[in-house]
Amino acid sequence: MNTIDNRGTQEFMKGIWKENPIFVSVLGMCPALAVTNTAMNSLAMGLATTFVLLCSSILVSSLRKMIPKPVRITAYIIIIATFVTVVDFLLAAYTPTIHKELGAFIALIVVNCLILGRQESFASKNTVGLAIKDALGMSLGFTFAMLCIGIPREILGSGSLFDFALFGENFEPWVVMILPPGGFFMLGFLLLIFNWYAERKKRRANELIVENE
Amino acid sequence: MSEDQNITPEIAEEKEPSSLKLIAALGIAGLLSGIILVGTYIYTLPMIEKNKAEAMKSAIFKVLPGCDSYETFKLENEKLIQKVEDESKKREDNNDELLIYAGYDNNKELIGFAIPGSEPGFQDIIVTIFGYDPNAKVIIGFEVLESKETPGLGDKIFKDADFQTNFKELVVDPEIILVKNGKKENAYEVDGISGATISSKAVVGLLNNTMTVWRMAIDDYMSDK
Amino acid sequence: MNNLLWIFVSALLINNFTLSYFLGLCPFLGVSGKLNTAFRLGLANIFVMLITAACAYALNTWVLVYAPYLRLISFIIVIASAVQFVEMAMKKFSPDLFQALGIFLPLITTNCAILGLALFQTNKGYGFVEGMIYALGAGAGVTLALVLLAGVREETKVLNIPSVIKGTAINLIIAGIISMAFMGFAGLFST
Repeated sequence: MNTIDNRGTQEFMKGIWKENPIFVSVLGMCPALAVTNTAMNSLAMGLATTFVLLCSSILVSSLRKMIPKPVRITAYIIIIATFVTVVDFLLAAYTPTIHKELGAFIALIVVNCLILGRQESFASKNTVGLAIKDALGMSLGFTFAMLCIGIPREILGSGSLFDFALFGENFEPWVVMILPPGGFFMLGFLLLIFNWYAERKKRRANELIVENE
Repeated sequence: MSEDQNITPEIAEEKEPSSLKLIAALGIAGLLSGIILVGTYIYTLPMIEKNKAEAMKSAIFKVLPGCDSYETFKLENEKLIQKVEDESKKREDNNDELLIYAGYDNNKELIGFAIPGSEPGFQDIIVTIFGYDPNAKVIIGFEVLESKETPGLGDKIFKDADFQTNFKELVVDPEIILVKNGKKENAYEVDGISGATISSKAVVGLLNNTMTVWRMAIDDYMSDK
Repeated sequence: MNNLLWIFVSALLINNFTLSYFLGLCPFLGVSGKLNTAFRLGLANIFVMLITAACAYALNTWVLVYAPYLRLISFIIVIASAVQFVEMAMKKFSPDLFQALGIFLPLITTNCAILGLALFQTNKGYGFVEGMIYALGAGAGVTLALVLLAGVREETKVLNIPSVIKGTAINLIIAGIISMAFMGFAGLFST
């Protein structure tokens, strides 16, 4: 019982940091840069992707014994496209402003390599329980990364956070941050920090090994 | 293929599934997907339509002050024809249809027409709607619906209150002219935004071009009343 | 109005699919820094985009009016088929190009630029001719971005880049600078 629980937690946690979809696997870039100009949009896109990934993983995992191998990719795409259309309609019905802000990028969730990748490499080979944990972990990691990009971009580029003005009238926003180049720069900068931290950890671990020899 | 039947189950599992099985699997997937999609569509359609109608209504009411209700008109043979919202004909609507909206106050008196117009601006297409009083022949309201203009400069076309005052009583005949910021002297001139000349020019061009399309039909309609 | 010309130049330069809309980033950041491969991948993209634009127009006009909820699925199927078709044609007529592109050819299916093109074209309500011009401009824009980045990467290969920023991080910063340069194209068509 204990090992199964541990494995579940492990599958969940890996998506958040060790195998973070944006910072490590560099997947799902298109939405990561396009809709992170405000924190609200980043959060909404993260949640929409979570919905799609969760539902797709559950369905693919429960049907994994029944989907023939040669047509599996097509089947996954049909399933993913269905849930993306569903979330598109739900957003248009319940949150029209967010739907307008995200626009066509909601539909573009279907080509987010993250989702197809998780179906192919995990959900189709594991139980529903583990698949759920994997999907939740990856989605949380994805949303977390989106917010890491979106929050600084909004603060620097608009002087606000979640549309709540932070600075006074005299704040001159760093406009490039909410424009396309800002997206590239912010993600590049975050990757740099991430890599620096990972290298430092590796160096420390190596130093420890050398010390113990 | 038949030789494989005699081999042990583990190896037999690796033989390719028949085409029928593949098609059946995809067919079932398609069917399931279809059911979920149709269900969601039917469930959300009334909410989505309501949202669209409300967005349109609020835009029209913003550019026609005092407006209480509206009716849709389309352009046919240079004349304004009232457009009846027919449910069964909805699918045959083509995107190219040009529509304007006549706004009425609570005494059913015509306030004016809300006219949508869009044109390429500095960055991408600017989508707007403006209110036109056909009796006084002036523009009485202006609202930007979609814009990708440069934040801090071009986006002043909808963020700058001073720019908005241009459109309270803007004479459209013979045409609207853009002047440098602060130099507006005549009722048919628009004070441009300094630092956003191109966006301002786009707005003025848009107003002139859209008026050219609708001017005759509106005049005809008003004289027929 | 110079509608068609504006559509083409807008998709190519002013609102470049890769540098302004962030579409087509996977090949953009992943493709080897070889100028030749980048250019050819771009051409394959253009071809797939043209086919997709035509099919999207046909679907929108005659089929999806009755079932708008099938839009996404039908677009994806069209794109996957178009890519299959291009793959087969390429295998037959230019096998070394097929070898050179390798895995990147089937990856065009999940390239957001193609699906993005179909979706944007639908939202803007373009007719057939406008849609094809849009696809041409968008494809050329993606090719341009790919070629530019590949060119810069070829130059930087011999440079001493610190390991923390090597790889995707530096490519993103380079892409950001190119994107900023492209912002200069705004207002290209003003009178």
